[in-house]
Amino acid sequence: MDITAESVVFLILSALTLGSGLLVVTSRNLFHAALYLMLSLFGVAGLFALLTAPFLAFVQVTVYIGAIAILIIFAIMLTPQVTRTNARNTQWVGAVVVAVVFFAVMVSVLTPLMDDLGADDWSADFSEEDPDDVPGTSLADLGEQLVDPDYYMLPFEVASVLLMAALIGAALMVSPAIADDPETETGDDESGG
Amino acid sequence: MIDFLKDIGFSHDLAVLVAKSLGVFVVGGFGLLWTLLGIWLERKLAGRFQDRLGPNRVGPVGLVQSIADTVKIIIKEDIVPEGADRWVFNIAPVLSVMAVILIWAVIPFGPGLVGVDLSVGVGYIVAVGSLGAIAVVMAGWSSNNKFALLGAFRSVAQLISYEVPMVLALLVPVLLAGSMRLQVIIEQQYIMYLLAIPMTVFIFLTSSQAELGRGPFDLLEAESEIVAGFHIEYSGMKFGMFYVGEFLHAFTVGVLTSVFFLGGWRFFGLEDLIVILGLPVIGFLALIFKSLLAYIFLIWVRMTLPRLRIDQLLNLNWKFLVPLSLINLLVVAFVWKLIPDTDEIDSFGDAFWPSVALLVANIAMFVGMSVVLRERGRRERARIEALRGPVDDPGMGTNAVPAGTGD
Amino acid sequence: MVPLWMYLLVAAGLFSIGLYGVLSRRNAVAILMSIELMLNAVNINLVAFWRYNSPGDLNGQVFALFVFVVAAAEAAVGLALIITIYRRHKSVIVEDVDLLKW
Repeated sequence: MDITAESVVFLILSALTLGSGLLVVTSRNLFHAALYLMLSLFGVAGLFALLTAPFLAFVQVTVYIGAIAILIIFAIMLTPQVTRTNARNTQWVGAVVVAVVFFAVMVSVLTPLMDDLGADDWSADFSEEDPDDVPGTSLADLGEQLVDPDYYMLPFEVASVLLMAALIGAALMVSPAIADDPETETGDDESGG
Repeated sequence: MIDFLKDIGFSHDLAVLVAKSLGVFVVGGFGLLWTLLGIWLERKLAGRFQDRLGPNRVGPVGLVQSIADTVKIIIKEDIVPEGADRWVFNIAPVLSVMAVILIWAVIPFGPGLVGVDLSVGVGYIVAVGSLGAIAVVMAGWSSNNKFALLGAFRSVAQLISYEVPMVLALLVPVLLAGSMRLQVIIEQQYIMYLLAIPMTVFIFLTSSQAELGRGPFDLLEAESEIVAGFHIEYSGMKFGMFYVGEFLHAFTVGVLTSVFFLGGWRFFGLEDLIVILGLPVIGFLALIFKSLLAYIFLIWVRMTLPRLRIDQLLNLNWKFLVPLSLINLLVVAFVWKLIPDTDEIDSFGDAFWPSVALLVANIAMFVGMSVVLRERGRRERARIEALRGPVDDPGMGTNAVPAGTGD
Repeated sequence: MVPLWMYLLVAAGLFSIGLYGVLSRRNAVAILMSIELMLNAVNINLVAFWRYNSPGDLNGQVFALFVFVVAAAEAAVGLALIITIYRRHKSVIVEDVDLLKW
């Protein structure tokens, strides 16, 4: 592979994504983990931009960093100091093994490595390097196809219903009226709303 | 520029790199230098609105005051509070300025005079704007101070909720221009959108003011309640960066208003001169002039209206602005669909009748809004009167209900 | 451009990290963050396959958009659940929430 500007950017973004991703699951401080999550998601947005999907990059930053990550930080701040640690549980060794094995299998399938080692028919062939250019009208087409009955209108509408349901559900769940309902009282609940 | 660099012996890639870096430097530098002048302007205006003089000691009419302040703020002691999260604490102010400067990358200063003309320019502005909330949260959390944390809480609630009407308002010019490219949006404004869709401008300015955290929405730093909010523990240059970030954001909102609704670098036919004379600086001046108008209007609002309570703030957003902006978007889209040939407007004449139609629709919406608000005000009044006897002053509007009487 | 498998490798790495996080964290919020990482890995795959195999169509982008929607809904409901659980049990450690485990 030649060293081009694009491959350098790719390497930087991948390192950013994976590095901060690793810090999300290892950092002891939950607030820091959330900030690293933002950084990691930002790297993913960069990868989208590199894959000539600028619209997705923008949605990624707006939705993930601007909304979801902030929401997560909000949840962290709403739960007091004791719970802000990001400790491992007892099965973390098993988790490491599972994750490493999964990654190893993926590496063997995705990369041409196994072919080089002499195992035929093991790795899938994902070595495309020069795809066609993305048409310039891609963005407008995306907008039209999302609301075109021949394309994605139904899933689009279902998605909006899903969002609505999630919105109402979330608001209902945390509403003080429900939380303070004496009928559903179980423990020593003293949250006054 | 690139050709010139190539002539003196740069390779193509290097020439592009140098030219772009220089562009970044000029735009960023302009933004930051402008701050010095702008802060003086804002303080002077604020003084006038409050019937005092404003800065008037350093230099002629106080012009050098900002520089004196800068010197003072730089040589101040830089304090990191005990128990603070050092890294996060130091990065937050940088992020707060960065989030604003990044917006300037896509602002078109004239035909062809733009950092990057992104195909998702509007989206980029929204995405970058949402980074500002992170800076506030980081500052509030890392300060190890309960007032800072309270300020951060408020700001999250405020910034996230007011982003909804702001984005819905920005969708309207996108809809009319048929593109998210800022250049196209400006080129399509044969009649500036302010005259066609004043309701959208109102929504945009209101929600932007809330995004800025400036009066009447300055709850995140309400002095009388939480001292200074999220930046209470900051001192010296780090506080200065928050200040610059906030100020620059305010001016950037002015720039965005002029790009989206006031026609950007167009100025009543003067933009033809840009091409004829080859002077893009005319477009730049027009843009800055319009931005200043919008910006001064925002200062006026800030200095005039009293601060809202947090429940009023959220009610205003979710029960008034969001429904209004949704209706606004639907009405504009509907009217725009009814008018034939709206996707091939390329002269003043083409744009005239569609604009009139939109204006009529906007006036109708305004009337409807007034009726609904009147009805709401009556009900609120009746509720309060039932609660605590008749309200004394018959001429009092709903806004004048004393604080603390509602729920 | 870089070969397709490099993007897939990054996605696989991110997914493994997320997997480890889901299995090993005790805090429910941390688990939710790990799930977000996994969803993002899926998105990288979708967009990369779209870019390399069918840039003329938009299937990959549209699917990624739907993943965004699902992720947003999941985060909202998940965090609401966590906050409700916290109000009940004064804890967001998943092992403490074992009322349904008999």
